[in-house]
Amino acid sequence: MNWEVVIPLLAFLIGMFVVGIYTSRQVQSGSGFLQDYFLGGRHLGGFVLALTMVATYGSASSFIGGPGIAYKLGLGWVLLAMAQLVTGYFTLAVLGKKFAIVARKIDAVTLIDFLKARYENKWVVIFSAASISIFLFSATAAQWVGGGRLIESFTGVSYPVALLIFSFSVLVYVIAGGFRAVVITDTLMGIVMFIGTLVILAGTIIAGGGVPHIISTLAAENPNLISPYGADKSLTPMYVSSFWLLVGVGVVGLPQISVRAMSYRNSKAMHQAMIIGTFVVGFIMLGMHLTGVFARVVIPGVDIGDKVMPMLALKVLPGWLAGIVLAAPLAAVMSTVNAILLIVSSSIVKDIFINYIKPEASQQSIKRLSFSVTAIIGILVFIMALNPPDLLIWLNLFSFGGLEAAFIWPVVLGLYWRRGNAAGAVGSIVTGVLSYILLDTFAPNMWGMHTVVLPVVLSLAAYILLSLVSKNSPQSSLVKQGII
Amino acid sequence: MDPRFKISNREALMGIGLAVLNFIWWYAFAYGLGGKPVREYHYIWGLPAWFFYSCVAGFFVFSILVYIMVKFFFKDVPFEDEPERQNLKEEQR
Repeated sequence: MNWEVVIPLLAFLIGMFVVGIYTSRQVQSGSGFLQDYFLGGRHLGGFVLALTMVATYGSASSFIGGPGIAYKLGLGWVLLAMAQLVTGYFTLAVLGKKFAIVARKIDAVTLIDFLKARYENKWVVIFSAASISIFLFSATAAQWVGGGRLIESFTGVSYPVALLIFSFSVLVYVIAGGFRAVVITDTLMGIVMFIGTLVILAGTIIAGGGVPHIISTLAAENPNLISPYGADKSLTPMYVSSFWLLVGVGVVGLPQISVRAMSYRNSKAMHQAMIIGTFVVGFIMLGMHLTGVFARVVIPGVDIGDKVMPMLALKVLPGWLAGIVLAAPLAAVMSTVNAILLIVSSSIVKDIFINYIKPEASQQSIKRLSFSVTAIIGILVFIMALNPPDLLIWLNLFSFGGLEAAFIWPVVLGLYWRRGNAAGAVGSIVTGVLSYILLDTFAPNMWGMHTVVLPVVLSLAAYILLSLVSKNSPQSSLVKQGII
Repeated sequence: MDPRFKISNREALMGIGLAVLNFIWWYAFAYGLGGKPVREYHYIWGLPAWFFYSCVAGFFVFSILVYIMVKFFFKDVPFEDEPERQNLKEEQR
């Protein structure tokens, strides 16, 4: 075992642990358990909000998978990754103040609370809660596999043990601290991710003999590595542009991101978060993917993309620094996982249980239920991640695109278009999810675009068409009262 | 309509506008300069010019534009409904 690398990593895990326990005290003593547990009492300041969005959004793929592909394809993949620059400001600008004001008026804690109040329809709630639970559960399991593998590769312990360490530390602080623990640890993780990016980029440029030398070595190997089209010319402008929808503007539809737009303290916090978030997202995406490309010169001939970053860190940095840098992907995985975990448990506890099963449940029993549902989901994910079943992997493939196609219009048009109604929302969710799964299975990348594009267009058509056709059905009271 | 929503709607449109500009900048430099044969490339700081303008300069330019947009065009509004209650809360904090 490489102790020089393992010690900083262990310190990181223990640090998260301590923060989780510490913040749990605040939750216990505060009033309004649900608001606090799932939203941190709507008190997020700008810096914290920005970093928690970055950390939630930046997952294993930003640090391990993405740079690995950049290693193979060259600068074209960095170009594609830069579509994510917009997520830093677009999501907050579009959901913006209106979402925050409306969420406060109706006391919404989850995305589904908003959809429920806006559309006043049982099926909207059930379909949304089901798609959120199923897709995000699968996405979590995939991330847990990543977290387990990461720990396995640094420490040399077996995969099940690594997974156990990972799951245990994540679960303890999510269960104990809820949203507040998650955002505070997210903030720390965001800082680790930012510094990790800076350090490894600098280390790689130095080890590669400077940027001009690296680029000319790449061009000598294969000129396409420094073109926007990718080493094998597979990156067409159409394909690369369509990622603006998947990883850029479409992120508005992801529940774990949009819920953060309910949690800011005031409009100043939101403004700050837009500025900081844009800078940090852009920096991490540019830095990490560029590092992946440069790594080709420093450590040539790596076959498995996922190994590029760990190998690179060990090669270009002293051991203890490599440990800190490798904490960055771990931070990314953990912060994505814990946000998703909380969303899934909130949609089960709040959206299904309190809405439809036991509306009169006491504060105490809600509390107990929230803890145990979060724990049970965590344990289930652990079992699934030990030996992931095919169904899970299959569902995970659809998770982000499917959720975006499902929710982008019910959220955005629900907020800004008064004539949108329940029929439109149900149609949009069903059309989005089904068409995404069907198209991806039978006709992926139609017309050279990423599969997500067409389902988003289809769900828009479904939303508008069904809303217009059923315009005589009773309108939501939010619209009648002029809240929307 | 709640006057705060007018502000919010306008800001949402600004966000969309900036995203459109961002896309145009990114696309035009990437494929405008990067579309020609690699041996005709120019280099800035050792990076191909298309990449420098589209990804590196684009990142800085749009970070600054976001700053300008937010600082000068976005308005502070209260999120709570009753302003008195909010003031009270602020004092208690």
